[in-house]
Amino acid sequence: MNKISSSIRREAQSFSFGAQAIDSRLPQGITRGALHEIYSDDCDGIVAIGFAILLALRSAPAKPIVLVRDERSVGAFGRLYGDGIVDLGGDPEKFVIIHTADALATLRSGADAVDCSEVGTVVVEPWQASPLFDLTASRRISLRAAKSGVLALVVRIGTAPVPSAAATRWHVKSAQSAPFLAAAPGHSTFDIKLLRHRGGICGLDARVEWDRDQRSFRDAPNPRAVPAVAIGRTRNTRIRRAA
Amino acid sequence: MRVVAVSPAAAGRGLIGLTLADARVREPDLITVKHDPIADAALLEWLADDCERYSPTVAVDPPAGIVIDVTGCRSCDSQGKLPEAVSRRFAQHGITAATSEANTVDAAAALARCAGGATVSALPIIALRIDAMTRIALRRAGLVTIGALAAIPRAQLAARFGEHVPTLLARLFGEVDAPLTPRRPPPAIAVEHRFADPVAVTAAILRTLDKLVRSAATMLEQSGAGGRRFETTLFRSDGHVARLAIDTAGPTRDPHVIARLIAERIAALSDPLDPGFGYDLIRFAVFHTEPLDALQLALDGGGIADQQVAALIDRLTTRLGSGRIRRLARGDSHIPEQASFDLPTIVKQVWPMAERGEPPLRPLSLLVPPQRIEVMAAVPDGPPLWFRWRRIRHDVGRVEGPERFAAEWWRRPDGRGLTRDYYRVEDENGRRFWVFRHGQYGVEQAHPNWYLHGLFP
Repeated sequence: MNKISSSIRREAQSFSFGAQAIDSRLPQGITRGALHEIYSDDCDGIVAIGFAILLALRSAPAKPIVLVRDERSVGAFGRLYGDGIVDLGGDPEKFVIIHTADALATLRSGADAVDCSEVGTVVVEPWQASPLFDLTASRRISLRAAKSGVLALVVRIGTAPVPSAAATRWHVKSAQSAPFLAAAPGHSTFDIKLLRHRGGICGLDARVEWDRDQRSFRDAPNPRAVPAVAIGRTRNTRIRRAA
Repeated sequence: MRVVAVSPAAAGRGLIGLTLADARVREPDLITVKHDPIADAALLEWLADDCERYSPTVAVDPPAGIVIDVTGCRSCDSQGKLPEAVSRRFAQHGITAATSEANTVDAAAALARCAGGATVSALPIIALRIDAMTRIALRRAGLVTIGALAAIPRAQLAARFGEHVPTLLARLFGEVDAPLTPRRPPPAIAVEHRFADPVAVTAAILRTLDKLVRSAATMLEQSGAGGRRFETTLFRSDGHVARLAIDTAGPTRDPHVIARLIAERIAALSDPLDPGFGYDLIRFAVFHTEPLDALQLALDGGGIADQQVAALIDRLTTRLGSGRIRRLARGDSHIPEQASFDLPTIVKQVWPMAERGEPPLRPLSLLVPPQRIEVMAAVPDGPPLWFRWRRIRHDVGRVEGPERFAAEWWRRPDGRGLTRDYYRVEDENGRRFWVFRHGQYGVEQAHPNWYLHGLFP
């Protein structure tokens, strides 16, 4: 009985990606009430922010989503756009966006938001490498998240990973989308890589795209098999050898 | 240069109005200080701040007067002794104040101006605030005291000296209501605590404040209201006044929330509170109230949830400033940056539904303002082949567009404006951008500029 109830509790405390490639490797999913880190390169800043928002929508779309953004980061990657959030399947009314002036304010506001158990997700976005976001700070946030059950996401753009108390650490990168009609850009597609996992899972690397209608990730379709362009080439090996 | 004011010692010597040279001839030992009306006004405001300890309704009466409306106010001294108390207090600041108390503002001001008179009627007409011409005219008519003036029928006065003389008399004797314009709006609720001895210990101050907040909250609850703007005023014994104002997103009367907001406000002060020799009066006032009924707890806990998030927003607003907490809002416009934007407040909105199966058509973030990019296109009115943004070249792999936005010509006097052609593009690394060409090629612009407006995840 205890075992069942604890498994139910775990069910309630975590969520899955929805994409086969990841869920098969990560059967327990992502834990709410814990700190997760999302790293990206400088040029993929909006991808990291977008990925964090998608995780928030995956975790608790009906609960408030608080984003604590350093205003320098806002200057670099732009202000969040309500219509764009609708296009990703979010409800802009659930978003509370806080623009902070410095790393200390970011950290304090983020920690305060994590304390509030009615918030679904808190996304903290410091500006580049900040010495304030160290092991102690991440431990503090992760303890508070464990107490309140809030999903805490820290987006680190353009920095190398530092020791932290995060439960998982991801690296995201934009990936070419499966094209729509007339070669139009398709759904948001990500190359995601699991850098670190408390449970010891490693080497997880996948390409997923976001399905807005299902509010779920899914495996990106294989790049369409493009027939080899035959310019001065042929499939006939005999001729190729001769050439 | 002229002499405009003199010290009490020089008061009777007729120096006011003389040129400085003449005054020096009469009084060789004259000590002069440059007249600084701005500093005088600032001092008057500072003193008026201190006077708010007697009543929340205080008005300045330039150039050198302060009016305190003590109607319905319980003072530390008994009512009759208030002028003496004010004089004593001002003497501590090194200021000689002429004080008086009367039933109307004008009467009190007149009595104070001509110190020594027992009643208004006995005062000379100089006490009336009238221009020099009328004063001379009154004197020539043989009218010396206000009593003599008041004895003449008002209609005659108006015909002889002008409409304003009877009006002044009526205000003086309280026959018409003379409005007093207080420096600050009177609070809806004010509670205060006076200390017998000045208190400088922070813990004691906070404890007192807590008590005041509680009693204000009780009063709010009784009237079924919640406050939106609260102000704590700390009166220091040496006359300095510190004010701490907090605003909340919605009406509230929870003493814990208010106390925490005040603590946040104190922590956010760039100059920490300096109790000096101690505070002798603390006042807590609610300035703006709104109806707030007792909260009905929803079965799913909805009411509480909204409250918690509202409390979080209030706390962060107090700490960071109101402009930093943004909510997303929709505008009534087709221009992208005005169709949806972030605002410090929230209004109930209706958001469009995304079309099923479509990829995101609008970017997640918008660059404000759009950033200029260098673009190479195959044809001048076609989509970009590559573009350069922040010194990095992006080769376009996939593109959709154009989506055309006409300018808001009705807002422009010339009825024109540049069309924008938006393209959703994806570069060879899979980064997705929202770019636009500003102006139609060949029609509106010979060489239209390109801008990057938004980023897709």
